[in-house]
Amino acid sequence: MPAINKIVLDPLSDNNPVTVQMLGICSALAVTAQLPTAFTMSLAVTLVLCGSNTIISMLRNVIPPKIRMIVQMVVIASLVILVDQCLKAFAYEISKELSVFVGLIITNCIVMGRAEAFAMANPPKESFLDGLGNGLGYSAVLIIVATIREILGAGTLAGIQVLPSSYPGNGLMVIAPGAFVIIGLLIWLQRSITKKYEEA
Amino acid sequence: MKDFKKIIEEKHDSIRSLFEEGGKFEKWYPLFEAQDTFALTPPDTTKGMTHVRDGVDLKRVMFTVVVALIPCLLWGMFNAGYQYYDASGIEANLFTMMIRGSWIVMPIILTSYIFGGIWEVAFAVIRKHEINEGFLVTGLLFPLTLPPSIALWQVAVGISFGVVVGKEVFGGTGFNILNPALTARAYLFFAHAKDMTGEVWTLAKDGATGATPLGLGASFGGEGLDVKAALADRGFTFGRMFSGLEPGSIGETAVIPILIGAAILIVTGVGSWRIMAGACAGLGATAILMNLMPIEGQEAGEIVQFTTWTQIPFLYHFVMGSFLFGTVFMATDPVSAASTNIGKWIYGALIGVVTVLVRVTNPGFPEGVMLAILFMNVMAPMIDYYVVQAHIKNRNAKLRKFSYAKG
Repeated sequence: MPAINKIVLDPLSDNNPVTVQMLGICSALAVTAQLPTAFTMSLAVTLVLCGSNTIISMLRNVIPPKIRMIVQMVVIASLVILVDQCLKAFAYEISKELSVFVGLIITNCIVMGRAEAFAMANPPKESFLDGLGNGLGYSAVLIIVATIREILGAGTLAGIQVLPSSYPGNGLMVIAPGAFVIIGLLIWLQRSITKKYEEA
Repeated sequence: MKDFKKIIEEKHDSIRSLFEEGGKFEKWYPLFEAQDTFALTPPDTTKGMTHVRDGVDLKRVMFTVVVALIPCLLWGMFNAGYQYYDASGIEANLFTMMIRGSWIVMPIILTSYIFGGIWEVAFAVIRKHEINEGFLVTGLLFPLTLPPSIALWQVAVGISFGVVVGKEVFGGTGFNILNPALTARAYLFFAHAKDMTGEVWTLAKDGATGATPLGLGASFGGEGLDVKAALADRGFTFGRMFSGLEPGSIGETAVIPILIGAAILIVTGVGSWRIMAGACAGLGATAILMNLMPIEGQEAGEIVQFTTWTQIPFLYHFVMGSFLFGTVFMATDPVSAASTNIGKWIYGALIGVVTVLVRVTNPGFPEGVMLAILFMNVMAPMIDYYVVQAHIKNRNAKLRKFSYAKG
């Protein structure tokens, strides 16, 4: 059993789901053009991760191994629909901008991966913390990428002008390939600080 | 002359120890090495039984490309000046045009060299390797692909992106997947699209601008079959586009300087003629195929006109836009191109094909050669892989036959 604080802190940098495990890249590219959408998405994924990890961990002893994937999917899908409906009810504008990407949290590999790799083998409390840690690791990357993209792309941050209005904007940062470049540079920076390299 | 050389040699030897291991300026060895081997013959000659008296090193290869680029550079300067006076309506002789043009072009090239050089030196010092001469080419190729009206800060940001993301990320010269100069241009193309394409190409007083023939062509529609006449109406005859007295990127407008560069590259063996020939064949063949496309068709019972741009004669494709420049100087970059002989033909041909496809069928981008080369850069290792696999298969088949015959 790993130490509690290691469960939460490890996914923030050394075992980050996005920059180290390369999961959840799709949504990290799609919703990071502006900070508000990225923040909402981070919140949604973290909620789903915590919930699904806790519930699946509680059920882990009664889930028949042969159909465990299906059971996990049912739990995750229910939670995602719940989050999606809440967003539609209380934050309609942002929910409209996020469009299908909230629904697509169901297919986010981080959620499925943590359920399968951690929650199926650990008690609820640890599983909840693991979900929280991974959710925060994902959020950290999304928020960094969104901040850089919004400032460079439009000169604003969360809709507020931060660069002088003569700034011409940067078309590359507005489109998804810009996020690829930023995530790539982020990974480069992280690896050269932590000195942890993987051999392909 | 000999004495002068001796003096330089002695000077170098006297300070060499400062830069070598344990010396005072050990950290700056890459800088010393770069100018040492530039000024003098490299000290590392073979000493054993084999004698390589004239090894072609990276420095000479890269310098050949720079020499091959000089005709394009000179023409680019002249054309920038010509366009300036043409647009502002002032009479000027050739000499003033040249001076004016170099005032426009030189700052762009200097910016590119300075910022490219800073990154190159920074990485050489941090990674403790020698400065690679690749940036001599990148730093000159990149400005030649830009419109003369580009802002200098954009040049600086572009070349930084090209050198860092196009090259150093992968480990430096020789490891890059993409051509760094084109990566830099692609960055500017997507980041500051309105400064790179459209009606930005002429530099003149009062912001007078003119479109390139490709930019015009993309806006054609419903003008019947005769694209040639439509282009000539707007002043773009075949002769003018061949001569290069037209708005365009600095280095790419004229055909003859590019052909001189191509001849230098082919004769010295630095650029692959297979790639160039393959690209021309691919471009020509696809353009002729495009001419067979119908310009009218029925859609839901109504007659609709498709773009007449498909009807452009194939020779026009060679002189319009930057196809020749890209093929001769960018596609043949030995690092990012395919390296097997058959692979080079395939790689080149596909560049030609994709160029026409982007030009003609994609309404978003008037010019396709940059995207075509970058795309094929990515594909080059795969082409090589399958060519090598095919060789192995053939050989094995022959070997098997041989052993059957024997046994």
